[in-house]
Amino acid sequence: MKVEPRVPIAVVLTEVFRTFVMGVQDYSLMSGRAMLNIFSRPHYFQDTLDQMDDIGVGSLPIVLLAGFFIGAVLVLQTAVQFVRFGQTALTGDAVAVALVRELGPTLTGLLVAGRCASGIASELGSMQVTEQVDAMRAMGTDPSRKLVTPRVVATLLMVPLLTALNDFVGLLGGCLAAMFSLRLGAVEFWTRAINALDFGDLMQGLTKPMVYGFILATVGCYKGLTVRGGTQGVGRATTQAVVVSSVMIIITDLFLTKLALYLSDKLV
Amino acid sequence: MPISSASVGDDALVKVSGKPAVKFENVHMGFDEGEILDGVSFAVQERETLILLGETGTGKTLTLKLAAGLLRPTAGRVEVLGEEVSAMSERALLAFRRKIGFVFQEGALFDSMTVEENVAYRLRQDHVAESEIAPRVQEVLAFVELEHTMEQLPSELSGGMRRRVSIARALVSRPEIVLYDSPTAGLDPVTSQTIITLILRLRDVYGVTSLLATHRLQDGFALANFRFDAQAKSVKRVRQGQGEAAVTRFLVYKHVDGGEDGHDNGIYFEGSPDEVMNSKDPYVRRFLV
Repeated sequence: MKVEPRVPIAVVLTEVFRTFVMGVQDYSLMSGRAMLNIFSRPHYFQDTLDQMDDIGVGSLPIVLLAGFFIGAVLVLQTAVQFVRFGQTALTGDAVAVALVRELGPTLTGLLVAGRCASGIASELGSMQVTEQVDAMRAMGTDPSRKLVTPRVVATLLMVPLLTALNDFVGLLGGCLAAMFSLRLGAVEFWTRAINALDFGDLMQGLTKPMVYGFILATVGCYKGLTVRGGTQGVGRATTQAVVVSSVMIIITDLFLTKLALYLSDKLV
Repeated sequence: MPISSASVGDDALVKVSGKPAVKFENVHMGFDEGEILDGVSFAVQERETLILLGETGTGKTLTLKLAAGLLRPTAGRVEVLGEEVSAMSERALLAFRRKIGFVFQEGALFDSMTVEENVAYRLRQDHVAESEIAPRVQEVLAFVELEHTMEQLPSELSGGMRRRVSIARALVSRPEIVLYDSPTAGLDPVTSQTIITLILRLRDVYGVTSLLATHRLQDGFALANFRFDAQAKSVKRVRQGQGEAAVTRFLVYKHVDGGEDGHDNGIYFEGSPDEVMNSKDPYVRRFLV
């Protein structure tokens, strides 16, 4: 019986680290190139519009539905605390700030990542294993321009818009919950909610989703274009795209929040 | 509209100049698993047909992808149509590849596009006027006898039809060189014969230089022993060495772990169809069975 030679653990760890660093390098190069493509020809406007339709309009139902119910739940959960102090009127303030600053962008980012990062990875992965990407290159088309840039631009534009709609529908859900369970007036809820928000909150709430959009598109494209191992590899890449982009969104959220708070302190 | 014999002279793209259309000089290429091409050198003259014969994993497809600049060699020099593709930037290569047609093993058609969109893809990328695209697409689809499939998706076609569309797509930009990656792999004998006849017609009508990777010796011999007569619109048997026969040569590939047998990985045998036929080498004779 042939015995496999033992590989020292240090060698294995070095190899894992090397693969990780190489992956980060390739991902950064691909993302950088996708952004630079915006400033030079050729541009694929039709592909960008198609992606905006698929990512933006296609994600609308899940984003609105989730936003509505999260807004309503948030009101119910917050109100439980405020009722103890007889301050239920503050519910609008709390829900507006939580939704616009944090829950809206992150929730939208995660929902779109779940739906689109997987879709992008599986589409590009299938193209990769069936040599369609090579065929594209063989016919003189740069896959980075034709496949990656339109998806990145589409998510950069669409995720903030989806977030804005998610915030609005979330407040709407919160308002209905407040009206029916807390007996708060709609005018009171909306007035307090709008007054609670300042320019910094809106900036934070719309800058974050741009970053999330960039992350989910580039991770989806990278995982799709680096697929190895046929259809099984496509499945693996799809799962990894969702997991990696979701985790990256949550980690990035911490740093973006810290940065936003620092900037708002400096600017005020 | 089938391609008429009158247009043959006008459309013949390559003028024979005696300089190589494709030249490999001491090319090395390998992956983590080891070296696949170990110092490969050969040259293909314009209008010549080169058959890359070998088992799976011997480096035939790799050779074609290196010639198209889809991969970069780890060492050595690849020259195509007088330009060193192994040293060109990806941007320069994108423009250069328009002179080359590539027929992928499974066709590699864009599955979300119709047959017409697939064939017209390169023309639309080049911003050719729509009024010019329609007749050209019609012409090449008529050449492969699939003009009735224009609005169909690749998934609605049979394997053989997909390969024919792939040939039409490679042909539409009138390339000077066409690279075929196992065009008959996985097809039944009748469909394989149809594909080979198409390749014959493409070579003899358009005068393109052809590199064809295959594991089927009969594909190579069909290209060596037959030519398409555009006047009679039929395939005629010819003898190698006669003026009317296209020059066909064989490269037999072999992969030997560790380079035993005194051979390097890559090209094991190079010769004319007669030399392949009369070879006493046991490895080459395996393909004759």
